[in-house]
Amino acid sequence: MTPGMTLLTGWGRTAPTRATVARPRTAEEAAALLAKAGGRGVVARGLGRAYGDAAQNAGGLVLDCTALERSWHVDSAGLVTASAGISLHDLMTALVPRGWFVPVTPGTRYVTVGGAVAADVHGKNHHVDSSFGAHLRSLRLLTADGSLRTLTPRDDLFWATVGGMGLTGVITEATFRCVPVETAWVRVDVERTRDLDETLATMTATDDGHRYTVAWIDLLARGGRMGRGVLTRGDHAVPGDLPARARGNPLAFAPRPLLSAPPRVPGGLLNRATVRAFNAAWYGKAPAAPRRIVQGIAPFFHPLDGVDGWNRMYGPRGFVQYQFVVPLGAEETLRRVVERLSGAGVVSFLTVLKRFGAGTPGMLSFPMPGWTLALDIPAGQSGLAAMLTEFDEWVAAAGGRLYLAKDSRMSAATMAATYPRLPQWREIRRRADPDGVFVSDLARRLRLC
Amino acid sequence: MRNALGSVDTVLLLGGRSEIGLAIVERLVRRGARRVVLAARGGTAPVEDLERLGAEVHMLDFDAARPQAHAALIEEAAAKVGDLDVVIPAFGVLGSQAVYDADPVAAARDVAVNFGGHVSIGLAAARRLREQGHGTLVVLSSVAGVRVRRANFVYGSAKAGLDGFAQGLADALHGSGARVVVVRPGFVIGRMTRGMTPAPMSVTAAEVADAVVEALDTRKGTVWVPARLRLAFAVMRLLPRPIWRRLPR
Repeated sequence: MTPGMTLLTGWGRTAPTRATVARPRTAEEAAALLAKAGGRGVVARGLGRAYGDAAQNAGGLVLDCTALERSWHVDSAGLVTASAGISLHDLMTALVPRGWFVPVTPGTRYVTVGGAVAADVHGKNHHVDSSFGAHLRSLRLLTADGSLRTLTPRDDLFWATVGGMGLTGVITEATFRCVPVETAWVRVDVERTRDLDETLATMTATDDGHRYTVAWIDLLARGGRMGRGVLTRGDHAVPGDLPARARGNPLAFAPRPLLSAPPRVPGGLLNRATVRAFNAAWYGKAPAAPRRIVQGIAPFFHPLDGVDGWNRMYGPRGFVQYQFVVPLGAEETLRRVVERLSGAGVVSFLTVLKRFGAGTPGMLSFPMPGWTLALDIPAGQSGLAAMLTEFDEWVAAAGGRLYLAKDSRMSAATMAATYPRLPQWREIRRRADPDGVFVSDLARRLRLC
Repeated sequence: MRNALGSVDTVLLLGGRSEIGLAIVERLVRRGARRVVLAARGGTAPVEDLERLGAEVHMLDFDAARPQAHAALIEEAAAKVGDLDVVIPAFGVLGSQAVYDADPVAAARDVAVNFGGHVSIGLAAARRLREQGHGTLVVLSSVAGVRVRRANFVYGSAKAGLDGFAQGLADALHGSGARVVVVRPGFVIGRMTRGMTPAPMSVTAAEVADAVVEALDTRKGTVWVPARLRLAFAVMRLLPRPIWRRLPR
């Protein structure tokens, strides 16, 4: 656990800051490091998949938690207790062949259990299963005073920690219920839509019939085709759904990245022409009428994990992810955003639309019933900062908000205006961490603490 | 903290009445900076415009000629607004060569401000930025320091010293999370040069400020304003001395 100085960024590779990074192997080592933390404080980091500055701590200490304990256990009812540093990839590799699936997975398996709790991550099943925090039975939290506390959903500090971006302490372990599966496959209905109206209407009409749903939107399509997309809706497959070759071992699961992005990619590779070509091909490949296919877990849930280091494809200036949610009934705001982006020809390599169900009581948790749109945008596009700031205002006016695990640019004022339970969160955090030991670049930027 | 698209939250301007400095600060505030410290001699500076734009503005007394107070000033600014995202030393004096020729003491005094003052405040700021693990120091150099001319060699040599200092500091800070942007404007039309005939490729304070703000967005370490001065000076650096010394100004 010898600490070293490192320049850190989030997954978007923007705004690097320098921190001392230490790699504790046990909760005791982590507690000893907390006690020695200087005035610039501490934050825990997992696999660095937060897009912005959530797991950076300029001038301070960052605890790389990926070596923490590394134990996990599942009982016969699918109740899993896992160390915070274990990735969902490792868990799935162990659990799927035993017939269990994690209750919620984001678009990558390479997030840690601790990160999944701290960001209260959501997946394609949010409309029926809510976010990760909804499935937690308990968690262990190393607080600023060095004590290791076991928290349950009855504790205020539990709901300040779920979605709390690591600012209440170091999560060391979580216990949650898994979902039984009969195969490592997903039965998927694919269908394309002609425009935004059809995308929204089809999702509203058919979402509830499937556990997993998501729409990809072609943001470069304009006019009457604006908002056209490809809907995918999936459910865990049963052995009878599988192709003959897979029936012998329906729970086999051992995915690996297929490709690796080159270490250096020049800027501008993802430009309007290349993204337009990709979008046209992707849209054209999707069937006009619903078609059923059977896909593996990895390509269905985590297509980007197939390319190791895909974030490097955005070139040296990196990229920002903009993900917002607006409540049901605020479709007009969603439409304005899509219209504006489409009109301005903003390049977003991946644009994903989801319908959210109920949120958790997490005070800084992102999801709420409504529509969520996520965009991946190269950071160098001119006029981007002003456009996204304008969107912030529309989203706030509609009663929506931005996702902290993705944010790298909103203002402290937008944060305060869109997370109404921030004062309550601050109060609970103040009690758990009166001296402000836990801090991150995100916390400084958004003046959370 | 600086965000992913280059906006910053806090700015410290040293030389709080500087035309270029205030033009940069105004742009940063328009782009989201919310806490500003204006440090100037006597502790007075124009705050109304920045406050109208929504910034919280603090004023501090700062004398570039008193290096012993510089480290404390940086700490005081940080105590007021937190981490310093951008520090802009924008103070300086432009005296005439004829006056300096007649008054070597005045020349030494101005060099102490234009070079010495920047060294002490620059090092104090760098220490703070290094501890923070992030932040940008904007050093306002000049083409006058790139190749010193006989017409203003006291001013030019101080700028040459400053430019060298800024480059060295940029290298020293490499990997620390903090960085230095060296700005090399040509002749700047404004209060400081009132009454002088503008040189070719002159710029305004606004143009310098635009270029600085653009550099903050990117990872550029050196900015020429206008950009074509880079090429012009690549040539002028090679001009033989006998020709160079005959330049009219």
